[in-house]
Amino acid sequence: MTTDTISTAADTPKAAGFVSSRRWLLWSGIAALCAWVLVPIYLVALGALGGRQGVYIWPKTGLPTGMSLEPFILFLKTEGVVQSFLNSLGAAGITVALSILLGAPAGYALARYDFRGKDSYRLLVLLTRAFPLAILALPLTVSFIRLGLYDTILGVGLIHTVLALPFAALVTQGIFLGVPKELEEAAWVFGCTRIQAFFKIVAPLALPGIVATAVFAFVISWNEVFAASVLTVRNRTLTAYLLTVLSESPMHYRFAGGLMLILPSVVFIFAVRRYLFAIWGISSK
Amino acid sequence: MTNSRPWIPYLLILPSVAFLALLFVVPLVQTIWLAVSDNGAPSLANAERMVTDINFTRSVKNTFLLTIAVVPVQIALALAMGTMVAKVGRGRETILWIWTIPLGISDLAAGLVWLSILQNTGYLNSLLFGLGIIGRQASWLSYQTPVALFLAIAVAEIWRGTAIVMVIIVAGLNQVPKEFKEAAEIFGAGPWTRFWRITLPLIRPALQSALILRTVLAFEVFAVVYALGGRNFPVLVGEAYNWQNQNQNYSVAAAYAVLIMIISLAATLIYLKALKVDPERLP
Repeated sequence: MTTDTISTAADTPKAAGFVSSRRWLLWSGIAALCAWVLVPIYLVALGALGGRQGVYIWPKTGLPTGMSLEPFILFLKTEGVVQSFLNSLGAAGITVALSILLGAPAGYALARYDFRGKDSYRLLVLLTRAFPLAILALPLTVSFIRLGLYDTILGVGLIHTVLALPFAALVTQGIFLGVPKELEEAAWVFGCTRIQAFFKIVAPLALPGIVATAVFAFVISWNEVFAASVLTVRNRTLTAYLLTVLSESPMHYRFAGGLMLILPSVVFIFAVRRYLFAIWGISSK
Repeated sequence: MTNSRPWIPYLLILPSVAFLALLFVVPLVQTIWLAVSDNGAPSLANAERMVTDINFTRSVKNTFLLTIAVVPVQIALALAMGTMVAKVGRGRETILWIWTIPLGISDLAAGLVWLSILQNTGYLNSLLFGLGIIGRQASWLSYQTPVALFLAIAVAEIWRGTAIVMVIIVAGLNQVPKEFKEAAEIFGAGPWTRFWRITLPLIRPALQSALILRTVLAFEVFAVVYALGGRNFPVLVGEAYNWQNQNQNYSVAAAYAVLIMIISLAATLIYLKALKVDPERLP
């Protein structure tokens, strides 16, 4: 009996030690990967707020010394920055509006109806994912020049909608599938027309998901570089503006530009984080 | 639903079909025509001009090497993230949110972020200097250091692009029924066996989506490269951009575009064949 007690007493700390060392390993892995994501963003923020002197400090410590908002404000005052920021917002706004207006009805049709050609439609949408879409901007410059859409925010918004629309159709399909059909049918029984039932019952329930889809369309447009650079000369979006001035702008301006690109999308991703996995879970099925 | 009005679904998809026809199918055909024609007649002159260009071979090689280096690391990292986060109870949401932050970051911004670390007076050099590994500022991003430049671009791409793989894979892992793992455990399968025999085959659809998406995006690599290396590291999309904007030669740019399309499409088909997935589960 004494030996028994001893052996269990000896076993328990050993087992506990094994478990806690595994937990320790798990958490250090997680912490390392979090740092891998966050530290570079922190460092570019230091670069953006450190200004001209900050860039040349050597060796750097990684501590926020000599930080001020002034370098960032100076960057904002640079000619063209605010305008390109507004252009980016405009193009993203057009993308959001068009991809939801065109994509959500398609998503609803895919979720609620069986019709001939449904599979071909899905194939068309799938096909867009296998192509490097931004490349389409090349031939479009010619057509856009002819149509007067070249170098306009509308033109950029249109090509960004090609990127965001297939995504919006797939995702809204999943969202409408999540709204019970019975609720809609009950509304018809109580005398609603199809359209009334949609706007009174389905739309409110689907709204949060649709807002999330809109946010993703926004981020897609906000981040796109190639098409925006090819399709604009004077009315550049922020990404296109930064790309063209890249080689001649000083380092701290580049970092300020990087930070300015990052901030809105990080905020937006935070706002829709709850939908991230639902959305990609559905569209990757 | 009732089929009294069979035209309703067509009415609903019509706007998006019309839009995609006008802005996806038409330009696609135009690009192909632009690439394989010369003054309105079929010709391979553009392709020839593209292939004989001094940067062509390098850009093909760089793009492929980058894809081969980046995509497997991203899949491995994403699988590690997925298995780690599955073991976490509280704090799971926060960790996942932090890991998805790069999802919202453009490739241009990612390039600029890593520029702040890798430039001559940047943080990497400061760290190496502090550790006594280098005596003076080393340059990593010049044309004289092609290997370092390649690694820098790969690291920036991995940093930015892993999030999307992670999201797809975590979503896939969430759909694996717990019972399968428990049953395997009862029959004595260790963690590795469980991972290779149970988890991996079950998340095959997610893996396939992630691989297709990431590979196509990797062939499109452009702004990261531009931000870090300027034109020292030619890649396919960068060449298309230069031909269009600097040289104003739309036809050769289109030839590059067609080449990228062919490569992307081939990769997609290979993945579809290699990782056979029940057609029901395709997107």
